[in-house]
Amino acid sequence: MGEREIAIVSFAEVIVERSDRDDCELLLPVLKRALGDVGLTQQDIGFTVSGSSDFLGGRPFAFVMATDVLGAWPPIRESHVEMDGAFALYEAWVRLQHGDLDTALVFAFGRPSQGPLHDVMSLQLDPYYMAPLRPDALSLGALAARAALDAGLTSEDELARIAGERRGVPTSTSEPYLREPLRAHATPTLRDGAAAIVLAAGDGARALSKRPAWIRGLDHRIEPHSLGARSLTRSVSTEQAARGAGALGFGADVAELHARFAHEEPLLSRALELPASTRVNPSGGALAQDPVMVTGLCRLGHAARAVHEGAARAIAHATSGPCLQQNLVCTLEAR
Amino acid sequence: MSGPVTRFKSPVRFVFDVPAGPTVSRFLAAVAEGRLFGQRCPTCAKVYVPPKVACPRCGDPLSPEQLPVKETGTVTSFCVVNVPYEGQTMKLPYVYASILLDGADIPFPHLVDAEPADVRMGLRVRATWSDALGPTLESIRAFVPTGEPDAPFDAYKEHL
Amino acid sequence: MNRCAVIGIGQTRHAAKRDDVSLAGLVREAALRALADAGLGFSDIDAVVIGKAPDTFEGVMMPELYLADALGAVGKPMMRVHTAGSVGGSTAIVAAHLVQAGVHKRVLTVAFEKQSESEAMWALSPKFPFQPPLLAGAGGYFAPLVRSYIRRSGAPPEVGIKVSVKDRKNALKNPYAHLLLPDISDEVVEKSPMLWDPIRYLETCPSSDGAAAMVLAAEDSLGGVTNPAWVLASEVRSEPTMFAGRDQVNPRAGRDCAKALYAGAGITEPRRQIDVAEVYVPFSWFEPMWMENLGFAPENEGWRLTLDGATSMTGDLPINPSGGVLSTNPIGASGMIRFAEAAMQVRGTAGAHQVDGAKIAMGHAYGGASQFFAMWLVGRDKP
Ligand SMILES: [Zn+2]
Repeated sequence: MGEREIAIVSFAEVIVERSDRDDCELLLPVLKRALGDVGLTQQDIGFTVSGSSDFLGGRPFAFVMATDVLGAWPPIRESHVEMDGAFALYEAWVRLQHGDLDTALVFAFGRPSQGPLHDVMSLQLDPYYMAPLRPDALSLGALAARAALDAGLTSEDELARIAGERRGVPTSTSEPYLREPLRAHATPTLRDGAAAIVLAAGDGARALSKRPAWIRGLDHRIEPHSLGARSLTRSVSTEQAARGAGALGFGADVAELHARFAHEEPLLSRALELPASTRVNPSGGALAQDPVMVTGLCRLGHAARAVHEGAARAIAHATSGPCLQQNLVCTLEAR
Repeated sequence: MSGPVTRFKSPVRFVFDVPAGPTVSRFLAAVAEGRLFGQRCPTCAKVYVPPKVACPRCGDPLSPEQLPVKETGTVTSFCVVNVPYEGQTMKLPYVYASILLDGADIPFPHLVDAEPADVRMGLRVRATWSDALGPTLESIRAFVPTGEPDAPFDAYKEHL
Repeated sequence: MNRCAVIGIGQTRHAAKRDDVSLAGLVREAALRALADAGLGFSDIDAVVIGKAPDTFEGVMMPELYLADALGAVGKPMMRVHTAGSVGGSTAIVAAHLVQAGVHKRVLTVAFEKQSESEAMWALSPKFPFQPPLLAGAGGYFAPLVRSYIRRSGAPPEVGIKVSVKDRKNALKNPYAHLLLPDISDEVVEKSPMLWDPIRYLETCPSSDGAAAMVLAAEDSLGGVTNPAWVLASEVRSEPTMFAGRDQVNPRAGRDCAKALYAGAGITEPRRQIDVAEVYVPFSWFEPMWMENLGFAPENEGWRLTLDGATSMTGDLPINPSGGVLSTNPIGASGMIRFAEAAMQVRGTAGAHQVDGAKIAMGHAYGGASQFFAMWLVGRDKP
């Protein structure tokens, strides 16, 4: 798989606490910047694909509006996944393997500020057995955190330390629980945002970027949906994707992990077998900023940016579903 | 023993607070004052009513200048609706039309208050405002025929 | 690019309400039939690509997460596509890409909708204070386009009726079709209520529960299947919802998509070289409109194909032998059913609605404001 050389050559994001803009207004400058930074326009792009979820704004066809700011004329080759933008990048990477197209634009947008996101996410659950109970996303996170603590994989002190480092603010275990055993600092900081990435193949990538972040491997896997049917203390699908993407023993300088809760970082680091020398989430990750549906794509963007700025190797991880049900791993390197 | 469960209700209620965004807000503020305007694409020079964030054809933000447009226009196409919909204020059957305002380069959908049999492609219409103006396109109650001769097909055939 | 073929096809019994199955049961019904057709089990599958239209239809957010178990996706990559009405086609194309790119050997692709679990009219036509009032659903959106087409082409009014009768008669030969109207006739259609004038009740698609599935395989992984449908070419094109001067009746995205598709398969005379097509026709008048858009007829003359009988089962270009979207419409699956029915034709497995000797068939889907297009050509002979 993945015989053609493909690299991330450009990344742009905008993340705000609460946007008063609509999706189009949020997206337009991000798209212009991701393309403009490498001197391209939409008409130079071979394939365009996006990720988003209608349920963030409570209305169908959110992505249809986005086609109005692309400059999709003449008509373009375009697709959309109802997933985090990281999975859209996977679709683009597959498409570029065909060899007939040389560039792809991947973007994502999400504005969780529009609704009660943690409650809305209960609609991701089995609609017959679990969703009617309406456990919110924070409660499910706490359930998994409890399992990790009980298994001795982490401690409340460590969760506070991780949260403090990512958020860049002092944290302490004397803070009250939000959902025991999780304190607010160990849960995601919801944000509105949009991000875009430009992929380019072979010499095209070299022409567009002084230091392209080459995709060495890219894979993703899914686990059983029911929380009772899988381990909450071991991310099996991350392990599988890590093997597929060549992440084990990769020796990354940086790893950008889509950990929405503090306890997920040690869990994912273990699944990826990250050595102590790998810096985890220098961007702050989802604990600092979680523009839902965009967060995974941002991990790919930040890992690529680390390579653009001098790192030799980086790992990016993205997730979907309750308690890390589905996981994507990408290895990036300078050449 | 009860029979198999084939269906149960699982009601969901979430309240969403969706911002209209600055582009639409400016336009709806004008509508609340009983005023319409368009914005021009700097690249292809087309005038959009209601204004959009960007010209979908060119992908460029529209110029901020608010261009006046008339409250009269032409029905480019229409359908007669005989299906009841929740939230409908019009009595069945009613006419749902694409209306090209004079001074605009793109039609927008609205209602035509006229006998369905009297509505034609090319029909000239004028906006009638609701008594209760607000930041919504429903401030335009409906469009009504002006009585002018119909616009020739060539005048609107690029807008189908 | 590696060759890719359809080696298994399955669909559900489509109906207004499938109260006998859950969402998982519905997609499994199609998936298990596709696997059985290919002589495979879930363990033979490398990845799953699933598609459906808006999540609000069933009220389940990103339902692929919950459906992973039912589709044997655990431990595998799973993708979820959503490109509005074209999604069934786009989903099959994403799956084909995985095989063509050499990433996987065998991919299961599934598309579904269970519209009875929610209120589709509500999901399609929500009211937002700052958007123009629509209040007329999909029919209200497309009816003015049909009127524009009639005005532009000068087509006689009975064309829509003829399409409706043809597709509904075809459906009687399809054991999976939802709407079966044995007593259909021109008169019955003409007398049905005008819902969105000029669109009559019997010229519109139903609302269905249903799913379709296919197994796509690389050339070296066909197993025991001796009659694969080879993917000759696939294409997608999108254009904006609305811009000044946009031709919504004959959208350029559809024309460009068809042209690129034909070029990809070496087709120079589509009307002559393509034996049968399954085209996304949710309202009867879209048959003549798409005939022009797809290059089967000159502009403004698509309706002649219908009136001449060219698009009937005995014509030179049968359109929708399955009965089409007019007879079966689980929205998210409708595009994949078109793609799958095209593959059935060239595999010679379409049963009573088989077009004799079909060698090259087209599957077509569109969505949004006639702005998203997905198409493929499949062939009996290896390209
Ligand atoms: Zn323009």
